[in-house]
Amino acid sequence: MFSFDLLLDAVVLGVLLGCFYAAVSLGLSIAFGLLDVPHVAHPAFLVMASYAVYVLNEFYGIDPLLAGLLITPFLFLFGLAAYRIYYETFEKRGGSDAGVRGIAFFFGIAFIIEVLIILQFGVDQRSVTASYIGKAWRIGDMRIPYRLIVAFAVAGALTILLALYLSKTFMGRAIRAVAQDQEALRLMGANPIRIKQWAFGIATAVLGISGALLIIVAPVDPVLDRAYIGRTFCVVVMAGLGSMTGTLVAAIILGVAESIVLTLFGASWAPAISFALLLGVLAVRPQGLFGRRS
Amino acid sequence: MKRNSILFWTGAALFLAVIALMPYFVRNEYPFFAGYVILQFIALAVAWSILGGHAGYVNFGTSAFFGMGVYTAVFLFKAAGAPLAVQIAAAAAVGALMGFALGLLTLRMQGIFFSIATIALTIVIETSITNWRYVGGAAGIQLQRPPVTPPFEGYVQMLVFVQALLVVLAVAISRYIQNSWIGRGLQALRDDELAAECTGVPTLRLKVLACVISGALMSAAGAPAAMYLQYADPSSAFNLNYSVSALAMSLIGGTAHWLGPVVGAILLGSTQQLLTVTISSEVNVLVLGVMLVLFVVGAPEGLIGLLRKIRRQRKEGKG
Repeated sequence: MFSFDLLLDAVVLGVLLGCFYAAVSLGLSIAFGLLDVPHVAHPAFLVMASYAVYVLNEFYGIDPLLAGLLITPFLFLFGLAAYRIYYETFEKRGGSDAGVRGIAFFFGIAFIIEVLIILQFGVDQRSVTASYIGKAWRIGDMRIPYRLIVAFAVAGALTILLALYLSKTFMGRAIRAVAQDQEALRLMGANPIRIKQWAFGIATAVLGISGALLIIVAPVDPVLDRAYIGRTFCVVVMAGLGSMTGTLVAAIILGVAESIVLTLFGASWAPAISFALLLGVLAVRPQGLFGRRS
Repeated sequence: MKRNSILFWTGAALFLAVIALMPYFVRNEYPFFAGYVILQFIALAVAWSILGGHAGYVNFGTSAFFGMGVYTAVFLFKAAGAPLAVQIAAAAAVGALMGFALGLLTLRMQGIFFSIATIALTIVIETSITNWRYVGGAAGIQLQRPPVTPPFEGYVQMLVFVQALLVVLAVAISRYIQNSWIGRGLQALRDDELAAECTGVPTLRLKVLACVISGALMSAAGAPAAMYLQYADPSSAFNLNYSVSALAMSLIGGTAHWLGPVVGAILLGSTQQLLTVTISSEVNVLVLGVMLVLFVVGAPEGLIGLLRKIRRQRKEGKG
């Protein structure tokens, strides 16, 4: 059963899959990693974006990636509004149980999104059509699906763009500053809440492309977000909160791990990989592999 | 204090007596099926609030404990044909062990990290059970109920009484904790863990204790579900809905008083039963989600908090 070729296949596919995981985790890396928002609803937002892409593709024949770009501005506005509500009701009021309620709030939102999708689209899986879906690239015995290559390329570009945005632009640096010391920013006359709101908007806007990739890589169903809670949080925590390149590396580790386990033990063990990795990282090295905190 | 206790135990005894006598007055089976589910949610919500309410640790892993309770019962029943009482006791022991492990996790994780870890725990356990052929694997397992023991007329009626006993036990424990140094210690560490530790509150011991009690009660509440449904499969035994329900019912009822989760569970549980029968189960999950969000945003103290506020305002109006 076991062979070197099979392992090589698994690793190559794992790296591609990992880049895709990075793309779906980038938003969370900003929202949770940099802004400390307990954004459990991130995967639900992701699935919601996928369904929007599905609608644009199915009924208007728009290419999924283009559709992802089209919904990005709306997601940005949605993100701005979501952060405003979160800030007004939890961060501003404070109190000993603000944290508890913040988590419960996002959990509730995730559940509402799930059910609304079920009521609208039913529980069946949905997929998109595009010229690059369903075909594969053959190198020798290896067969690499084009959809994974597309995901790989787009995810790479997205990661680089976001990393550049956070390190080179004024707003990006402001976001990293607010993550480091909110009070210092306030003392210098900047409004940290405005910056955080903007950052949360960006984090949500990224989901347009992420959601497109999600539905390109595999069909989506309404409760898919539950599996991605583990994957996205695993990647973000393993990366060390808020590092974009760390996110990419952590996602590749997860992708390779999942792919190898899938090859060796079968698909029924796959859901546990990300969560087991996450538990391990939390227990052994809570600050992550590239952590900014000691 | 004394008089409160007498009142509480009289109430509990009356409640159990009514449940025990119900089969003689109610011939229809449906109230028992619905009642069982509501009682199960009361037990889960009360158990959840011991850790989530007093200590402020949000446990998303209710379904992990519930599912382990179900599967402990399934395993014992299949392996040894163990009677219901043994199944429940063993489930409680397993839940307590899991709670102990979870309690140790709180050493390194707080807030959202703890919550995510509990989801992780759920999925890891669910996946392991899914891959365990002996208890049915992913396809699930059928169970044949043994004949019912004499004082009860039907098996479901007996399960309802057993679950009612578990509810009384859970509520009594929760009430005891609230009124004792344990509850005060937990509240201190919820407000400020470092400050509590510094002033001599044994925070780790208290957290582990809360996790053990909460876990044992959740698993015990799950154990009879195997015999109730006569069937168990991993994806429904470990369904995330249990986690959300327990959390939502506690927070909606209000965690400041032991009565909060009970009220929340009764209200939401019966609403859900009504909705499931009349509309659809999706809508009832939607109602749960919307109520949860509305309450955490609008009434952070839950129903109990709202009642207190109204009472205070009335008093002020009089004086």
